[in-house]
Amino acid sequence: MNAIPPALKALPTAKFAQADRVRSIPRLFVALVVLAVAVTFFAQGYQLFQATMIVSYAIALLGLNLLTGYNGQISLGHGAFYAVGAYVTAILMARYGVPYWVCLPISGGVALVVGYLFGRPALRLEGLYLALATFALGIAAPQLLKSRHFEPWTGGSSGIVLNKPEAPFGLPLDADQWFYLFSLVVGLLMLLVARNLVCGASGRAMRAMRDHPLAAEAIGVPGSHCKSVTFGISAGFTGVAGSLFAVAVQFVSPDTFAMFLSISLLVGIVVGGVGTLWGALYGAVFIMFVPDLAEKVSKAAPWAVYGVVLIVFVYLLPGGLARLARRRA
Amino acid sequence: MEAFLHQLAAGLAAGGVYASMALALVMIYQATHHINFAQGEMATFSAFIAWALLQAGVPYWLAFAATVLVSFSMGAAIQFAIVRPLEKAPELSVVVVFIGLLVIFHSMAGWLFGFDVKRFPSPFPVDAWFGSALLSVHQLGAMAVTLAMVAVLFAFLRLTPLGLAMRAAAENADSARLLGVPVSRMLMLGWGLAGAIGAVAGMMVAPTLFLDPHMMSGVLLYAFAGALLGGINNPVGAVVGGLVVGVAENLLGTYVIGTELKLPLALVLIVTVLVFRPAGLLGRVVVKRV
Amino acid sequence: MDKLLEAKGLRAFYGPVAVLHGIDLDVEQGEVCALLGANGAGKTTTLRALCRTKVRTEGSLSLAGEAIERRTTEQVARLGVGHVPDGRGTFLGLTVEENLRLGCYTRADRAGCASDLERMYGYFPRLKERRRQQAGTLSGGEQQMLAISRALMARPRLLLLDEPSFGLAPLIVREIFGILAKINREESVSILLVEQNARLALELAQRAYLLEGGRVVAHGSSEQMRQDDAVRRAYLGD
Repeated sequence: MNAIPPALKALPTAKFAQADRVRSIPRLFVALVVLAVAVTFFAQGYQLFQATMIVSYAIALLGLNLLTGYNGQISLGHGAFYAVGAYVTAILMARYGVPYWVCLPISGGVALVVGYLFGRPALRLEGLYLALATFALGIAAPQLLKSRHFEPWTGGSSGIVLNKPEAPFGLPLDADQWFYLFSLVVGLLMLLVARNLVCGASGRAMRAMRDHPLAAEAIGVPGSHCKSVTFGISAGFTGVAGSLFAVAVQFVSPDTFAMFLSISLLVGIVVGGVGTLWGALYGAVFIMFVPDLAEKVSKAAPWAVYGVVLIVFVYLLPGGLARLARRRA
Repeated sequence: MEAFLHQLAAGLAAGGVYASMALALVMIYQATHHINFAQGEMATFSAFIAWALLQAGVPYWLAFAATVLVSFSMGAAIQFAIVRPLEKAPELSVVVVFIGLLVIFHSMAGWLFGFDVKRFPSPFPVDAWFGSALLSVHQLGAMAVTLAMVAVLFAFLRLTPLGLAMRAAAENADSARLLGVPVSRMLMLGWGLAGAIGAVAGMMVAPTLFLDPHMMSGVLLYAFAGALLGGINNPVGAVVGGLVVGVAENLLGTYVIGTELKLPLALVLIVTVLVFRPAGLLGRVVVKRV
Repeated sequence: MDKLLEAKGLRAFYGPVAVLHGIDLDVEQGEVCALLGANGAGKTTTLRALCRTKVRTEGSLSLAGEAIERRTTEQVARLGVGHVPDGRGTFLGLTVEENLRLGCYTRADRAGCASDLERMYGYFPRLKERRRQQAGTLSGGEQQMLAISRALMARPRLLLLDEPSFGLAPLIVREIFGILAKINREESVSILLVEQNARLALELAQRAYLLEGGRVVAHGSSEQMRQDDAVRRAYLGD
């Protein structure tokens, strides 16, 4: 990325963002939403699944971006929170019959709390050490999920199977279509939340902490609290995304949430654009399709593509695709 | 009692490997204040290179030496081509690039050598005289090799002018330059050494853990824990930390939590050290009088 | 006398910001030359520019006739320029003796290094007492002695000193300046001395420059500078 803009620059950006809120939502965005809804009726089962996954990844990337782009902290283990959201939903739905639309906010909430608790001690760490702690989290997560101690709930290595819910109120939609629409609505909601967070007072606080932690604390931004809350919120977003994932895939197992997932999320924000909201969408599309395409070439290819992409983007496209799109516009 | 000693000894043997990886991590951290997330994958890749040479019929110690040399060059080349241009980049960029390296090495290993698990030979004959009930021949041999490597490294750093220059460049690059020390070249040297150390660690651990692209990810985590525990700025601490972590992992794994929670244990260790004593147990607190 | 160091039209930039706006400066072989000026005048920047460290430079720079404006810091050091930076730049984690030995890095002669080490201990016995101590435990004055000795270990032709008296007790400053004079006399090491303490600097130096806002506003022999109104008003307190 380009050098993090000096603290002074953060203030005018916030002001513009505020003005943005008042101005009407850009037309491109509306067109996109209409298109997304239309997909419900034009796409077939598997494509709907892919579209749902894009929404899920986009929400997760929004979360990670809140943390990294706007608050300047690095997480290499967000796959763990995705797993938290997925497993909470799976356990509640499969073992206790809780309806999915209740599971969703609960999963988000649990992930938020877990994230906050992890972030609270971890926030004393400088960026690099936090990266290390989250790296450890990402690597250790599958083993935790497989552990015999939690097996009664998690189903151990065999995982948990879920059923996709049918459309309510007898709507003329099949399960895939309904769940896609549901995810879309959730996605838009989360986008709204993210936007408000970023543009409001908390957003300014976040960015102030990112750009100049000492100055921010001096003017009264409560550093440690702000950082761990941001971490928690970021985890919460990812947990919601995981919840959607669980229902869309109809299955959770520990190996789904291995380090590859955390790295995918990292790739997603780097490709999409750190510190942007649009980037979440670009990144989501990238990590949805590219690994699958690469796998057709060879088993090692997805990793290789990720590695090259990460390095290339840092050197050549530090602002991600979002910056590229903005330049064209 | 015998079982306990056995576990203790095994812990020390494992700890030796963690110690050497931790040493590689500390070398790079000291010089650049960067954490090389790719260290594990680089070591695995080195082990694969050795394996390929052995498959081609090269005698063991020749393959060993060649691998160490190649790994040294790889490390230096990476510093030169990929890390050096990032000198002024923000931290996130550097972390992302390191993860990129991790991922690339991982995939190269899989692509060139396959993902199936392979056997890696030990250079120490099974019936050698120094085998014992406590430790297998290989474990003892590996410990000896690791110890020798660490000793040579320390001797180099403490006793030679070049080692002194490296330490100076790591500690204060600006002052080192003013004395004519070519700091960039010292960094290359540091990375090269780290690559070589990783190669030795990889070749020592492969007979036990079996060789596949995922071999080192757990080891890396333990190496991190060891380096942090000992003090990320302190080479001696790295070695001590690695040994302590090895023993702790083995004892806790056998007697307390079972062997399948080893990685979460490393996680807990890492977070605990970072939270309560980020400088580590032996972390050098550099005294500054104003 | 021959010019050892010659700077013409020297500009220096931190990023886009220009701090030196075209300086002409020279140091003659065997002399002590002082660079005076208030905080922010650009004295430290000048020394950095001469060593090609930390600033971007424009203009010509030559050492004993050899152009060095494109060289790296390490290369300039190898050509015989020793720099004792502001803040001393001590390797705090290394021992006193290790710090000194580093000074020899560019030298080829092992035996010469050993005897020079003894010579430095002769100038500064306090360093000898503390030779195995971590350099960070030394007092300010001792660190200054260490920094100067370290630079001298390289047998430089030209020694650049940035505010050697800063934060030191007068007694220690006298001691250090005495040794600087001795080194200049006996080993013909040319010295460019940056000092805020103008009185002291003009005692040691034969010539001086006065820097203000990144430009040379006055220069001449020490005697001339002592009489100069600008210098007297601003820096000698007369």
